[in-house]
Parts: sequence; structure tokens; C-alpha cells
Amino acid sequence: MKHPVTKNALLLALVAIICVSILTLLQQLTAPRIAEQRLANRLALLHDVLPAAAEQQLLDDCISITAPEWLGRTSPQSVFRWREQGVVSAFVVETTAPDGYSGNIDLMVAITPDGTVLAARTLAHQETPGLGDKIELRKSDWMHSFANQAVHEANVRSWAVRKDGGDFDQFTGATITPRAVVNAVKRAALFVQQHPELAEQPANCEAF
Amino acid sequence: MSQNYKELATQGLWSNNPGLVQLLGLCPLLAVTNTVTNALGLGIATLLVLLGSNLVVSAIRNWVPREIRIPIFVLVIASFVTAVQLLMNAFTYELYLALGIFIPLIVTNCAIIGRAEAFASKNPMLPSAFDALMMGLGFAAVLLALGAMRELLGQGTLFDGADALLGSWAQALRVEVLALDHYFLLALLPPGAFIGMGLLIAGKNAIDQRKQRKQQVKTAITRARVTGTIV
Repeated sequence: MKHPVTKNALLLALVAIICVSILTLLQQLTAPRIAEQRLANRLALLHDVLPAAAEQQLLDDCISITAPEWLGRTSPQSVFRWREQGVVSAFVVETTAPDGYSGNIDLMVAITPDGTVLAARTLAHQETPGLGDKIELRKSDWMHSFANQAVHEANVRSWAVRKDGGDFDQFTGATITPRAVVNAVKRAALFVQQHPELAEQPANCEAF
Repeated sequence: MSQNYKELATQGLWSNNPGLVQLLGLCPLLAVTNTVTNALGLGIATLLVLLGSNLVVSAIRNWVPREIRIPIFVLVIASFVTAVQLLMNAFTYELYLALGIFIPLIVTNCAIIGRAEAFASKNPMLPSAFDALMMGLGFAAVLLALGAMRELLGQGTLFDGADALLGSWAQALRVEVLALDHYFLLALLPPGAFIGMGLLIAGKNAIDQRKQRKQQVKTAITRARVTGTIV
């Protein structure tokens, strides 16, 4: 005669095993579909910031960079390269504004090697709905104000929100969010401009 | 039997509504109801988890010893939540991103373990499933009412971003009711959720009280008539 505690423990273990096996199976089944969704999301964004490029080629020519002082994250981020006739004509940089109103704002920015921003998009953020979330394109077209803006020594000061003496609009009631985004885009552009060796590094991203 | 089902339906949808009366699952309820779309997404997810967990708990109720029923219910519910999370990640990716942390938080929605313990563990599968359906619908209805209220006041729209949940055809659902220059922030932020919830509960109580008063008046009248016949 088994002790009831032993019996209960065994029963509980059995239920746990059943639950775990079902979930493992489900995870196996959904994994390809989830990977597909992530990839599609990424491809759509890549296409959005750099419509001229073939997305698959961008994905294949990607380097993984850790540069917290430029790109705002201590973990590696992807820099995609678009080549025309072997010469890099644009980089797509994943960057982070670490100083958003509520945490990190992840961005994707297309930049030419000379430091001209072609386009910028928000990947992920937790900014206040109704105030800071105007950095989403479906809420406001503010992100379009980065299109074809060049950064160079002479105009670094104008890369700021109007309140700080720059050229970019802030939002009514929210200055911290646009300030963080403008700074992050500026840093990404300067990073590309000052690191021409980015074009030469061998592609080393994990497969997407 | 149908009387029973009717009773279950009124319990879940109105008189014992998990959102308005039991006040269970307030954390996700208040946090994600800033738009109708988010509310609908969370409502459906919670309904599915509740239905699944009630069915399973009811199916195994005769084999589960009393002493370990709670850990087993928790395991069952957690499994269902994880399954829903995986499925949403795979098939409604954008909504998955929008609801984020609140999908795993369905586990902590006391309405679910509450129904498992209070109803499903004592009743056959069919009534349990029906109970889950009604409780889930009741909860979803509160989510939707609050979501509609806050979205309307906050940004003057309804069904903004519904395409993330229902596919691209749903873009046509978006209604711009009021064109607001500035968002009414209070409605969109958590304090607005609390105030809105308070108003909903007050509204429900007011309706109940009025009904009660009417009933009292009716009984009073019937009594009068009864005495009348005796005389």
C-alpha cells in the first residue's frame, strides 16, 4: 500500500509530464510559422526603409555589431548592407534609443555611407499611448521627417527637437520621446559615416 | 435542464459577471482596454483559455484527489495559456506584439481558476463548457465596453488597428467618430481605466436596483389585488 503523499506526488508528476509533452509538440508545430512571421515582419520593415533593395540580399549581407555608445544596446545589433555593383550604397542599421520616456525605443534606419538618412522606422517601444506613440507611422507621419536628412559636422546642432534649438518638431506634451529618437538616428548616421570599415567586414549574422 | 443553462447564462453574462461583479482578472482588464481591438483580442484569448481549462478540469474531476487539485488546475491553465500564446504568435503576430505581456498574464486571471474550482470541478463537461462560454463572454463584454469607452474618449475612433487582429479587410471597420486634435490622455492611461470601470459597475448596479424596485411595486400590486378578491 503506497503512502497517499507518494501517490499524489506521482500523479502530479504525471500531469506535469503530459502538459509538457503537449506543449513541446505544439511548439514544434508552430515554430516554423513563428519564424516565418518574424522574418516577414522584418522583411516588410526592410522594404519600408529601403524600397530600392532586394530584401533577401539585404538579409544575406548582414553584420552583427555591438557598439553601445553608438547604437544604444550592449547586445549585438544587425547592420544590413545594400550593394550596387559591389559598392555599398546604403546601410540599414538596427539601433536603440536607450533614453525613451519608458525604456528602450528600437529603431531601424537606412543610411547612405556618407551619413544621409534615407528613412527611419520604429520597431518596438513602450511610449505613452496618445503622446509618445506618434513615433509609430500609423499614428503620425513624424518619422518621415528623417527622410533624406544628412548629418555632417556643420549641422550636428540642428539634429535636435525645436525646444533644444534643432530642426525637428517635438510632440505637444511629449519632448522626451522625439528627443531620444532624434538623438538615436543622429548617432546611427554618425556611426555609419565615421566607420567606413563597416562595408568591408565579412557577413556574420545568424540566419534569419 | 434548459432552466439550468438559462441560469448559467444570466450568471455569466450579468448577475455574477466575472468583470463587474466578481471583479476578477482586473489587471489585464484595466491594462489592455485602451482600444476595442486590444480588448477583443484579450477577450477571445481569455475565452479560449477558460473554455479549454473548464473542459479539461471537468473531464478529469473524478481522478483528481482533493489535496492536489489546485496545482493540477494551475498546470492545466498554464498549459492552455502557453498554447494560446504560441498560436497567437504564429497566426496573429501583430496582435501578439500589441498584447505582449498580457497574454502570459491570463494565467493570473483569477476568473479562470475561480471557474475551474467553483464550477468545472463539480460538474459534467457540457455544463462546464457552457459556463466557461458564458463567463468568457461576460468578461469579453466588459472588456469591449471599457475598450470602446476609452478609445472613443481618448482618440475619437473605434476599432483602430483592427486589421492586426482580423486581417486587412478589418481596416474598413475603423470608425472615426470624433476628429480630435488632441488625445484625451486620461481615458487612455490606467486612471481612466479605473474611472471607466467604476462607471460601468455603477451603471450595472443602477439597472439592478431599478429592476428590483419595479419588482417590489409589482408584488405590492398583486398583494393588493389578492386582498381585494377576499373582500
